[in-house]
Amino acid sequence: MLFRYLLLLILLPIKSFALIEVDITRGNLSPLPLAVSPLSIDEKSKEGFKKILQKENIGSEISAIIENNLKQSGLFNPLNKDAFLQKPEIANLKPRFEDWNLIKAQALITGKVNLVDDKLRVEFRLWDVLAGKEMMALAFTTVPSNWRRVGHIITDKVYERLTGEKGYFDTRIIYVAEEGSKINRIKKLAIMDQDGFNNKFLTLGNELVLTPRFSPTNQMVTYLSYFKNLPRVYLLDIETGMQEVVGDFPGMTFAPRFSPDGKKIIMSFAKDGNSDIYTMDLENRIVERVTNHSSIDTSPSYSPDGKYITFNSDRSGYQQIYVMNSNGKNVKRISFGNGLYGTPVWSPRGDLIAFTKLHKGKFYIGVMRTDGTGERLLTENFYQEAPSWSPNGRVLIFYRETKTNAKGEGFSAKLWSIDLTGYNEKLVETETDASDPSWSSLLSN
Amino acid sequence: MNRNISISFGLHILLVIITAMSLPFLSKKPINLPPIVSVELIQISDQTSIPFAPKAKKIIEKIKEKEKKLVSEQAPPKIVKKEKPDVVPLPDEKIDKVKKIKDEKQNPEKIDNEVKQVSEFEKDNLFDPSNIAALIDKSKIESAETEKKTDKVTQDQDKSVDFSGLSLSEEDALKAQIFGCWSIPLGLPYNEDLLVRIKLQLKPDGSIMKSEILDHARMNRPGQGFYKVLAESALRAIKLCQPLRVPSTGYERWKDLQLNFDAREMLEG
Repeated sequence: MLFRYLLLLILLPIKSFALIEVDITRGNLSPLPLAVSPLSIDEKSKEGFKKILQKENIGSEISAIIENNLKQSGLFNPLNKDAFLQKPEIANLKPRFEDWNLIKAQALITGKVNLVDDKLRVEFRLWDVLAGKEMMALAFTTVPSNWRRVGHIITDKVYERLTGEKGYFDTRIIYVAEEGSKINRIKKLAIMDQDGFNNKFLTLGNELVLTPRFSPTNQMVTYLSYFKNLPRVYLLDIETGMQEVVGDFPGMTFAPRFSPDGKKIIMSFAKDGNSDIYTMDLENRIVERVTNHSSIDTSPSYSPDGKYITFNSDRSGYQQIYVMNSNGKNVKRISFGNGLYGTPVWSPRGDLIAFTKLHKGKFYIGVMRTDGTGERLLTENFYQEAPSWSPNGRVLIFYRETKTNAKGEGFSAKLWSIDLTGYNEKLVETETDASDPSWSSLLSN
Repeated sequence: MNRNISISFGLHILLVIITAMSLPFLSKKPINLPPIVSVELIQISDQTSIPFAPKAKKIIEKIKEKEKKLVSEQAPPKIVKKEKPDVVPLPDEKIDKVKKIKDEKQNPEKIDNEVKQVSEFEKDNLFDPSNIAALIDKSKIESAETEKKTDKVTQDQDKSVDFSGLSLSEEDALKAQIFGCWSIPLGLPYNEDLLVRIKLQLKPDGSIMKSEILDHARMNRPGQGFYKVLAESALRAIKLCQPLRVPSTGYERWKDLQLNFDAREMLEG
């Protein structure tokens, strides 16, 4: 009994506290501050690259590409290099995290560049400044002329490590380069890196070219061109430059696009005065009809799994977006908002469909879920259309026509990009006017 | 002329007389002071230390009788525990599971709160057999105890905070601080179970002594890249925020803290 009382006395003063839990359901959406230290380079390599690439400091050039890419994404805020306390060659060996913490960097990229057997070797490391630990370390070896691509690949790796989704920087954009007045417009096929560098014209401009589209699996492009006033669908291999005619099609032909496996193209053309959707097998060139309706069905786009097709049709009286099975059955209208909807494109992630909307004389680029819910208009302008997804489904590129001066005179068409938040809208610099952009898949895949 | 001067003089004299007559200080009326009332100043603590009202005393005695009966008749059953089977999480509802686990922990505390907020006179309905020992002990020093009990109206409210966690304002201050530090990785999918639970051991100044991700094994599992990214961002937020904005008192109750980071609401937009 005495023992019990003693035990009681011992235990009584002890307070037990339940573990306090606090739910954190909000955070800030401001870009993550990070530091991109210039890649260090030894004198010998510096001289070597100077001869080969005519670049003073290739390490700084590559880090500038990484910095620009991260900034353009809108998710990162690369800090000003003037504030860096540690020199690149020392930071590369062992960063002094206190110094980087002082300038509020949460992540740090360091690295070094070497010329090894006439090849470019780049090592880089991503550091978590607050945790004081290395998050990633990789090295690449390639021909020196590929130095810009190395910058893009490093950005992709950093982006993936910090956001959890694949990057979209080592990619290219094919578009229609336009020159001349609106009446005598010369339209050429052109390709460039996603940041606007390495621009090349792929056609001479003798024939009108329209709607180039990248294959989701490789570096093939399909596009429409008018030969002797007849629409032709072409296939172009970007790597080899080989081009072939897929077929001549009657009447108005629109927007050929690849299936997700790259084995078919899907398009719409007018037969007997009625526009419907067709597919063509690229191996045996057999054309199959997918829709058969008295209305105008155009702009088809496959879902990433190839099971569904989205397209626009005026079968309800106004142009709206529909989704159907890939065999043409089970057609469902998904857009029900005010205005006209067109150019639906299925996201590579499969969760959203991008579209152009015309309402009260204004054009909008927007996204909605694949069942038509959750419509969000990302950007509004006088005239803009043809959205194309980045390979990770986070950014859309489209073209916008504007007047060249404040009086509303002149005419200009430029490429613009916007991310899914709708806040990060950027002009994509091109040498000429540009329209109909299409984003490639990742080159390094 | 003389007539006019005399009229003016007369009117001036009249004006002076009227002014002098109407001025208050000249009236010299006696001031009627109110009768003096004597006021006795009493200490509030003395006032509230008055022993219980007879009705309350009877109720307490009844409780004590019940305690004795319960001690002899049966082992103390946990009333709260009976509710447990209802809150066992379903195995396939991972997200609900976490919330329900939380409820399990919080339920007893909520009951504590209720008990303490109810008036003393209703306590017989809320008698908790698990506290018998404490009550027996208290009965030995009844006179002193009554004094404490009268104070309890305010003290108990504080105690309820002690046991149930942070007060709303304390929790809000902590949340607001971490919201500002947490850069949510925007590339994460909103439709996956991405809840990162981090257990912290804090120093009295709010700085982090130890942080531990409760589902740490998940970070290195294949296909859990999103979870890893989110967990790392949460850890960065905690480190960036430290010292955390914790209450200046009651270290014992918040020295262990669990933060549940859930970005779905933000990612879904």
